[in-house]
Amino acid sequence: MHRFLSHYYLSDMRRDFIEKILVLMLIFAPMMTWAQHELTETEAGSEQQKEGIQGFIEHHLQDSHYFTLTEDEESGSHIGIPLPVILWDNGVKVFSASEFHHGETVAEVDGEYYALYHNKIYKTDAEGTMNFDEDHHPTNVKPLDFSITKNVVTMLLVSILMFILFRGLAKSYSSGPMPRGMGRFFEPLVVFVRDEIAIPNIGEKHYKKYMSFLLTIFFFIWFLNLLGMTPLGVNVTGNIAVTFGLALLTFLITTFTANKNYWGHIFWMPGVPKLMRIVLAPIEVLGMFIKPFSLMIRLYANMTAGHVVLMSIIGLMFLFKNWIGSTLSFGLAFALSILELLVAALQAYIFTMLSALYFGMAKEEHDDH
Amino acid sequence: MEKLIEQFSFGLFFWQILIFVLLVLVLRKYAWKPILNAVNEREEGIKSALESAEQARKEMENLQADNQQLLKEARAERESMLKEAREIKEKMIADAKGQAQEEADKMIRQAQATIQSEKQAAVSQLKKEVASLSIEIAEKVVKEELSSKDKQLKLVDDMLNDVKLN
Repeated sequence: MHRFLSHYYLSDMRRDFIEKILVLMLIFAPMMTWAQHELTETEAGSEQQKEGIQGFIEHHLQDSHYFTLTEDEESGSHIGIPLPVILWDNGVKVFSASEFHHGETVAEVDGEYYALYHNKIYKTDAEGTMNFDEDHHPTNVKPLDFSITKNVVTMLLVSILMFILFRGLAKSYSSGPMPRGMGRFFEPLVVFVRDEIAIPNIGEKHYKKYMSFLLTIFFFIWFLNLLGMTPLGVNVTGNIAVTFGLALLTFLITTFTANKNYWGHIFWMPGVPKLMRIVLAPIEVLGMFIKPFSLMIRLYANMTAGHVVLMSIIGLMFLFKNWIGSTLSFGLAFALSILELLVAALQAYIFTMLSALYFGMAKEEHDDH
Repeated sequence: MEKLIEQFSFGLFFWQILIFVLLVLVLRKYAWKPILNAVNEREEGIKSALESAEQARKEMENLQADNQQLLKEARAERESMLKEAREIKEKMIADAKGQAQEEADKMIRQAQATIQSEKQAAVSQLKKEVASLSIEIAEKVVKEELSSKDKQLKLVDDMLNDVKLN
């Protein structure tokens, strides 16, 4: 683990740099409060801006039917690609998201009307009437939405990227025992997953059949996390549906490859009194589900939190509107970006590591302990 | 939590599972297996190369030890051969000396015996000579002396006495 950190990030030089930034912040902290005082004078305008930023962050965290590169709220102009919408509503309905005109108009398909409200598609009438309950939640019918959303496009891009990279690495062995080009960088990571994640947690005997899943999930999460750091503004691993899917796969693989010993430990814990076994069984069964659940929440929460904090600080730059506050926000955002780079790798590592650990439990043999 | 469930998009979940499972299957066939095999092969290669190097080193050591042993044995053999040769030489010398001594002794003994027998012969010869000479002398004396009876008798007596003395 330590090796992993030091490889990626915490070289002394960089740590020094972060320390310097933190010291700078401490020095300028009083000025920041002064800057905030000044802010109250133009409160009316900035209040609106704050809400705008908050809305923007919330919007960014969610999936979207547009691959938006940039947009301007005031002029209402968007630069991006509308993605295909696929609905299951008494038959498959496919149309371009451009028909919604960014939520401004109702899309009419085969005599049915659909409206886009907070990135979700609802069935509506020709006027686009939305009904709300007392909590301000829409009560309109939601058709099953299988759209190729921004997150799906990003996952496809990452899949293609991974295929190109690792196919290239695999092919580069045909010209000799050492990889060439990008493989020089990725091969040690593949070996890392094998030697530091798979073998220690699963064991020499069984690790091979889990390698494909572990390697794919490690690079998939890592690349998606890193893409989340780019100005493309994607947030795939910070989406609960995605992390649910990944955690579900870990759960299914654990459950379906488990041996007798694993089930024995859950329903009839060896080595404890009979009464305790009865008490432990439901706890262990609950644990079966809590383990992948924690995987899902950990990745989701870490990535979402990272995006929220980073974007909030970037938003602060625009709120301060003075060179001290904005500069400090920039410095902070920069330092946090570096931290997020670490988190991107770390979360991929943790997800893979824990998955391997659960697989190891499923394959643990009686005389192993 | 409620918000999370509300945010949950089944469509995205569906695509995610589909894409990911396909990605695992495709990468397993086209990337992970060849990569891991190549890495394994290389590691095995390195391992076996190291092992054979170690083997060669051990063999070399054994060979050297063998050589050392051979050298030692050869040296010991040479040593023993030299020793044997020396012993043989000494024995030969001793034997030769003994033989020579014996020969010499024998020769001396023979010489002595010869001398003895020669002496014996000489003495007997001498005795014969003396006897004949004596007889001649006696003849002459007798011829001269035996001119008178007295003289003859006296001579006989004297001569007899002489002979006894001898």
